[in-house]
Amino acid sequence: MAMHTSFLTHAKGRYLWIAVLVAILSSLAFIFDEPTEPPNGGTPLGYTLGTIGAIMILWLAYLGRRKRNFVKGWGTTVGWVSAHVYLGCALLVIATLHTGFQFGWNIHTLAYVLMVCVILSGIFGVVAYRTYPGARNELKKTKSLDDIFLQVEEVDAQLLRMASDAPEDIRNILNSAIERTVVGGGFLDQVRARDNSVVELNGRVESNKQQQRALDYLLGRARELQGDQLKLLHDIIRIFNTRKRLLSIIRDDIRMHAVTSVWLLFHIPITFALIASLIAHVFAVFVYW
Amino acid sequence: MGESYKIVVIGAGPGGLSAAARAAESNVSHVLLESSPKIANTIQSYQKGKHVMAEPGILPLRSPIEFEAGTREAILEAWHKGILDQSVNIQYSAEVSAITGEKGDFSITLSNGETIQGEHIILGIGMQGNPRQLGVPGENAPFVQYQLDDPDEYKDETIVVVGAGDAAIENAVALAKHNKVYIVNRRDEFARAKEGNLNLILANIDSGDVECFYGTNPSAVEMTEDGETPGIFKLSTPTGEADVPVHRIIARLGAIPPRGLVESFGIEFPNDDPNSIPALSSQYESNIPGIYIIGALGGYPLIKQAMNQGYEVVEYIEERDVRPADHDLIAAKVSKVNPALDVDDILHEMQERIPVFSDVNALQFRELMLESDVHMPKKGEVIFAKNDYTNSFYTIFSGDVDIEINESLTVASGQGNFFGEMSLLSGRRRSATVVAGDDCIVIETPRRTMNKLRASVEAVQRVLDKTFIVRTIQQKFAPNTPLVALEPVAEKTQINQYAPNEVIFSQGDEGDSLHFIRSGSVTVSIDVDGHEVVMSYVPANQSVGEMALLGNTVRSATVRAAVKTETLSIDGESFNTLMDSVDGLRESMQKMADERSRQNVSTQESTEDGDDLLGFLIGQGLGEATDVLLIDENLCVACDFCEQACAATHNGTSRLNRKAGPTYASIHIPTSCRHCEDPSCMKDCPPDAIQRGGVGGEVYIGDNCIGCGNCQQNCPYGVIQMAYRTEASDNFWRWLLFGWGEKPGSKAAAKSDGDTIKRAVKCDMCIDQNGGPACVRACPTGAAARVSPEDFVNLMS
Repeated sequence: MAMHTSFLTHAKGRYLWIAVLVAILSSLAFIFDEPTEPPNGGTPLGYTLGTIGAIMILWLAYLGRRKRNFVKGWGTTVGWVSAHVYLGCALLVIATLHTGFQFGWNIHTLAYVLMVCVILSGIFGVVAYRTYPGARNELKKTKSLDDIFLQVEEVDAQLLRMASDAPEDIRNILNSAIERTVVGGGFLDQVRARDNSVVELNGRVESNKQQQRALDYLLGRARELQGDQLKLLHDIIRIFNTRKRLLSIIRDDIRMHAVTSVWLLFHIPITFALIASLIAHVFAVFVYW
Repeated sequence: MGESYKIVVIGAGPGGLSAAARAAESNVSHVLLESSPKIANTIQSYQKGKHVMAEPGILPLRSPIEFEAGTREAILEAWHKGILDQSVNIQYSAEVSAITGEKGDFSITLSNGETIQGEHIILGIGMQGNPRQLGVPGENAPFVQYQLDDPDEYKDETIVVVGAGDAAIENAVALAKHNKVYIVNRRDEFARAKEGNLNLILANIDSGDVECFYGTNPSAVEMTEDGETPGIFKLSTPTGEADVPVHRIIARLGAIPPRGLVESFGIEFPNDDPNSIPALSSQYESNIPGIYIIGALGGYPLIKQAMNQGYEVVEYIEERDVRPADHDLIAAKVSKVNPALDVDDILHEMQERIPVFSDVNALQFRELMLESDVHMPKKGEVIFAKNDYTNSFYTIFSGDVDIEINESLTVASGQGNFFGEMSLLSGRRRSATVVAGDDCIVIETPRRTMNKLRASVEAVQRVLDKTFIVRTIQQKFAPNTPLVALEPVAEKTQINQYAPNEVIFSQGDEGDSLHFIRSGSVTVSIDVDGHEVVMSYVPANQSVGEMALLGNTVRSATVRAAVKTETLSIDGESFNTLMDSVDGLRESMQKMADERSRQNVSTQESTEDGDDLLGFLIGQGLGEATDVLLIDENLCVACDFCEQACAATHNGTSRLNRKAGPTYASIHIPTSCRHCEDPSCMKDCPPDAIQRGGVGGEVYIGDNCIGCGNCQQNCPYGVIQMAYRTEASDNFWRWLLFGWGEKPGSKAAAKSDGDTIKRAVKCDMCIDQNGGPACVRACPTGAAARVSPEDFVNLMS
C-alpha cells in the first residue's frame, strides 16, 4: 500500500462510485418518468432533481468553509475534496436533467450556465492539481524554489567576480543583464511566464527575453577576443548559460504555481454569482410561476 | 599559610551564594571563591532580558537570598543585594586549582598560587565548566572575552571571533552589523555548526560582511602602546603569519567540563558516563568527608533546588537539625503507605524491601521518591496495558501483580520485584499488561529519573540489564518456557552498543549470533553492483541475523545501526540447545527468517533501478523516528493548509515548515517533529517538561516549560522553536464576507495572551485533538501523511 493517496483515489474511489450511482439513478428516473407535460423543472421529478441539485450546490460551496475548520470538523479535508470533485461532476447530470433540456434567455438558464462554468473551472482545477505538482517537482529536480533563487544569487555573484577581470563592455553588459533581470511580475505575467527582462546595450535599453540578447552579445565578443581574455569569456558564457537555464526554471515554476491558483479566482466568485442566481431562480419559480 | 575559614564555598552560583549567605547570616567564618569576575556565570551568559523561571513551583525557597521568577537582570540584582545585605565574604577571580587535606584541615590552592585553609568545603561549581581559553601568550589581555552579552553594545570596532561552533557563528553574524568582523576557524569548514548557522555564516562570508580565516590558529595576542587599536592578534594561517589589529577578541571555544577538576580533588564518579553524578550522602557529603556537593554538579539542575541545598548544607555543617525543604512533598507521597511511620523510616523500609534500590544512597533515593509516585491500585486494576506508550519503571513495595505477556501466559510478581523495565530500556511501547493483585502498593518512577540513576549506580544498571535479557528471551522466543530454563542462554547473551552507521555485521561474515535490537534501529543492506543498497529497516524490539541460528553461517546482508543502537547478541550454540528443548521454537524462527527473505526480495525488485529512497530516509535520521510527516510532491499544491491548520490548532504558531527540508524523488521531508524513539530533546530539560505519552507515543512539551531553550539546541532536526504563547482568533465569515481581520490560520491572526516569555513549542501530534494530526486532516489533496518507519518499505511500491 502506498502511503499517500490522492483525493481522486481517496477511500478507494468511494465517492466516484457514489457519484456514478447518483448520475445513473437520476438518468434512469428521467428516462422512465412519464410526466403529463414535457420534461421540465416543474414536474414532480423536476422538482425533486432541482431540490437535490440546489442542496448539492450549497453543500459543494460549503467546502470553502469546511476546509478552514482546522480545529474541529467531521472527516478529513481530503475526503471532503474527493466527495466535492465527484459529486460536483454528478451535479452536472442532475441539473441538466432538472432543466428538461429547456433553455432560454432567462434567469433560470443563467443559473444553469453559471453552474456549468463553476463545474468546468473545477475540472480544470482537478487537472491542474493532479499534473502540476509532479511537473514542478520534476522541473526543479527536487530542489525548492528558494534553493534555485539562491543558486541564481550565487551564479550572479560569481559572474560579477569574473567580470571584474573582463573588458569593460562585458562587465557592463553583465552588470546590466543581472540588474535588469525580471522574474514574476503581475499576475498575467506570471501565468504566461512572460519575461520582461531588459539589458542596456550601447546606451539603448533592449529586450533581454530568455537572456538571449546578452548571450548573443557575449557570443559575438567571443569571436573577437583571444588568449586569456577569450578563456575567461568562455567561462563567463558557460556560467551565464547556467543562469539562463535557472531563470527559465524559475519562470516555468512560477507559471505553474500561478495556474494552480488562478482557477480558484474564477471558481469561487462564479460560485457566489451562482448562489445569487440560484436564489433568484427559486424565488422566481415560486413567486411568478 | 593563607587565611583560615570554617566554611569555604567554591562557585558563586545559586547554590554557592545561598550557602555563603547562610554562613554569613549565622556568623560562621566563611569565604566564597568565584573563578570569574562576576557572580552566577551561567545566568550571566543568558541573553539580555531573558526571563528566568522558578521551577518547581511547589518547592518552597529556603535561603537568605531572594529568588523569584523574573528577568535575568532582576535576579542578578537581587542576588547582588543579597550578598551585600548579608556581608558575604566573596573573592572574585579566585580559581581553585587544587584541594588537599582532610575534614577540618583542607588546603585550597588558587591558580594565582595563593592558598586558603578551610574546615569544610562546599562545592557548587555547576556543570557548565570554564570557557576554554585561547591558549596563547596574551590570552588574558583586557580586550579578550569569552562571552558576549549584547552584540549591539559594540560599534565600529574591529573584532575577531575565534571558534567554529554555533556560539561563535551567532556572535560573528550579530556583530557584523556594526563592526568589522573576522572569524578564525581552525579547520577548513564549519563542521560543528547547525545547518541554519552554517548557511548564515557562509552567506555572510560570501557577502564579505564577515571575513574568515580558515585553517588558522591563533599564535599570540599583543598589546599595543599607542596604536589605533588596543591590540594585535597574531594568527598563523596556511599562507603564513598574519597580524590583525583588533579592538576586541571574542573566543567561543566551548567549555572544559568540570569533571576532571572535581576528580583531581579526589571525588569519585561511579563510571565514565558523562551524565554520571558523584555519590553523595543524604547530607550532600561526597566520598571525601568534609567536601559537600550541591547544585547541578550533584544532579540538581534547578536554581531553587541548589539554593535550598546551599542553605541546608550550612545547617548540617553547623550540626543544626534541619529537614530538607522537600520533606513535606515527600511526606505527601509516601505517608499513605503507613501514616504511623516517619517519612525517613518509610523511605528506609522501601530501600530494604526493594533490592534494586538497595545500593542507592539515601540522598539519591530521596530524590527518586520526590519524582516518583506511590500507587495503591485496587485488585484487578490495570497498571498499564500492552502497547501503551508509557515508559516509567515500577517497583512493588507490597502485594503482587500479574504480568500478562500474552493470552496464554501470565506471570505473577511479588514484593521487591520490578516491572516496566522493557519500555524503560528500549523506549518502546509496553510489551505486557500488568494488573494489580491483592494489597498492592507500587512505586512508579519516571524514565528520566531512572536513567539518571542507571548512569550513576552501576548495580541498578546491572540488575536491570540481567532481568531485561532473560525476560526478552522469554517474551520474544520462548514465551512458554520458565525463566530458569532460559538462564543458560541469558548468561551467554551480551549487550552491545553501536554508534550511528556502525556495522553490526557484514554481508559474507560468518554468523554465530542473533541480534535483538533493544533500542535504536538498524538497516539491512546488500551489495548491488559495488554499492550498498538499503533493503529494509528494522526497529527496536525486533531481531536480525536469525538465519545464523538456523545453520546458515554466512551473513546474507550487512546490518548497520541507523542511529545509536543497543543490541542483545544471543549466542548461537546455547540458543540451538534451547531450540532442541522448546517445542515449536525452531519452526517459529524459521518462519521469521522466511518472512525477512521474502521482504528483501520484494524490496530488491523496487530498488534495482538505483532508487534508494529507503537509504535517503534513513540518511535523514528517520531511522530514529517513530512518526514522521512525509509530503508527496506529486500531490502537494503548496496551499500551506498544513501549516495553517497547525497554527490554528496550536496557539498561532505552526510547528511545521512545509517548504524547508530535503526531497528525494517525490518524497519531501518537511521540518516537523519525528517523535524520535530516544528523543535528544528530552535529554536535558530542567523542569522535565518534555514528555512522551499517550497512545501515539508523541513527544510533547508541558505547561511547565521554563523557556531555557535546551531542547531547541539539542534537537538535531531543528523542529523545536521558541515562541510566545498566542491565541488563534477565528473569524472566518467576517474575513470572507467583509475582508475584516486576518485569514484564519495566518500568523497575524493570533494574538498574544499576555505571556511574556518565549517557550519551546513543537509538534505534539495534536494530542488533544480528535481525529489525529491537523496537518494531515487539513490537506486537501492527500499529499500529507504521517508515516512510521516500519512502513517506509511501502513507500517504494
